[in-house]
Amino acid sequence: MSAAYRLEFRGVTKTFATKKGRGEPLVAVRDVSVALSDGEVVSIIGPSGCGKSTLLNMGAGLDRPTAGQVFVDGDLVTKPNSHVAFMLQKDLLLPWRNILENVELGQEIQGASKSDRVKRGTELLARYHLGDFAQHYPHQLSGGMRQRAALARTMAMNPDVVLLDEPFSALDAQTKLVLQKDLAQVLWEEKKTALFITHDISEAVSLSDRVLVMSRRPGTIIREMIIEIPDRPDPFKRRRHPRMGEYVTELLGLLGIVDGTLEDERKADA
Amino acid sequence: MTSSADHGQPSRSSAGPSLGEKIALALSRREVWISLGFLVLFLAIWEWLPPLAKIPPYILPPISAVFKEFFRLLHVENLFLHTGLTLIEVIIGFVLGSLLGMVVGYALGLSPMLEFVLSPYILALQITPKVAFAPLFIMWLGYTVYPKILVAILIVFFPVLINVLSSVRTIDPAMINLARSFSASRAQIFWKIEFPASMPNLFAGLRIGSTLAVIGIVVGELVGGNKGLGYLLVLGEGQGNTAMVFVTIILLTVIGILAYLAVILAERRVLHYMPERQIGPV
Ligand SMILES: Nc1ncnc2c1ncn2[C@@H]1O[C@H](COP(=O)(O)OP(=O)(O)O)[C@@H](O)[C@H]1O
Ligand SMILES: [Mg+2]
Repeated sequence: MSAAYRLEFRGVTKTFATKKGRGEPLVAVRDVSVALSDGEVVSIIGPSGCGKSTLLNMGAGLDRPTAGQVFVDGDLVTKPNSHVAFMLQKDLLLPWRNILENVELGQEIQGASKSDRVKRGTELLARYHLGDFAQHYPHQLSGGMRQRAALARTMAMNPDVVLLDEPFSALDAQTKLVLQKDLAQVLWEEKKTALFITHDISEAVSLSDRVLVMSRRPGTIIREMIIEIPDRPDPFKRRRHPRMGEYVTELLGLLGIVDGTLEDERKADA
Repeated sequence: MTSSADHGQPSRSSAGPSLGEKIALALSRREVWISLGFLVLFLAIWEWLPPLAKIPPYILPPISAVFKEFFRLLHVENLFLHTGLTLIEVIIGFVLGSLLGMVVGYALGLSPMLEFVLSPYILALQITPKVAFAPLFIMWLGYTVYPKILVAILIVFFPVLINVLSSVRTIDPAMINLARSFSASRAQIFWKIEFPASMPNLFAGLRIGSTLAVIGIVVGELVGGNKGLGYLLVLGEGQGNTAMVFVTIILLTVIGILAYLAVILAERRVLHYMPERQIGPV
């Protein structure tokens, strides 16, 4: 690999035409430049509606920037490609396919043989503690298991870059912790490069090498914070690290949350 | 949900009970016996109330007279032939109407342009009472089976079309993006995502269509021809033979139930992956 970065957003701006073409076009993100080195895990936090998902869609090649470019391994991204895979808050498991068939979806679309697919899928399900549920249908699984299956489906394509859009935000607190640990381990062991969107600040800090903070719309990166805590594959251990609270407090401040009130509320009171 | 639930057993095992077990289970339920009791009560009232209330048989023949008429018609009017013909017409009309509704529904769903251009006409046609076309079709095609089948096709077409169209239109765009992220072609997106995702809606349309098909055929037969149960209705009316009209109504109901059951059975097979309560009762 000759490129300096695995994933790079270079001066990316995205505007949407507003409904019925009337009024100002909506600037979702403005002039965002982010670069992820090989194996790096970077989180983005920011107020909702600031354009995080928009950024991710452009990274996946599902949408084109209005201005600027996105590169994967130095190649300009113009359409979806097999080096990048994404995972969303919604598991998007197809209800008519069993778990194994869901995990096979990507390979099936790309024309892999049935035996290859089953082999890879079975391997992945075992790795994600779903071995006994290969033949089950999504509705028979709990939310945490479904999200695990979605992670397995994402990894089935063996992507270099993984884009995660609030993947755990619909889960209860305990399940979330377990899945965070699973994810952290997989990303570490398989040396994946990951862009992770979340609104959970401690999740961002405990999983990432770097945390980027976005402003409200039009979203742009207002702060970069390098997380200098060891043990990235073990978020539980990281959470107990003395510097953890320091990072979290600083990020809370950047998001305008001070003393348990929101910046907006304080402005409204004034 | 806790992490123990996370590893817990699924809510329902994949293999369901056998048919025999289901019947045994049904017979063990009190509601089923009460329901059967109702049927017996209904038949008893039908048998004994009319004579007691001095209702003449040409208004309301007792059920035993209807039974007698059934066996008479088997010999005299070749009832099997008329019933069989109507059944076949219903099946053909239903199948063709459903296929047409599916093809047009998916085509409109996949092409917003086409939908925009055609939707006013489709709406207008949907409002037109389809059975009003029956005389027209008979004028065009004569006293054959074709005008009857045509009415059925037309009447089955719309609920299937509308249901398929709405399912394609309301599919979660994230689902489509998922397939796109795997570099799926347009055809793959249709066959792997949109088509299977439309199955619950398609079957909702088919359920409605199966009962409408019977209406379409009967109206066609009522308007013209000398075969089928619709014709027997006209004949019975002309002869003042109330029992014959009842026999025909009951047979038409049986055909409707069979068509509906066929759809339900197919639905159970195709939608086997859904939680049972979402498929709904028969
Ligand atoms: N396809 C679209 N058309 C028009 N506006 C959009 C579209 N997608 C997103 N937006 C708008 O762009 C802004 C950013 O959205 P999004 O990226 O989903 O925010 P986030 O993920 O940070 O909550 C929002 O105001 C949203 O309404
Ligand atoms: Mg979002």
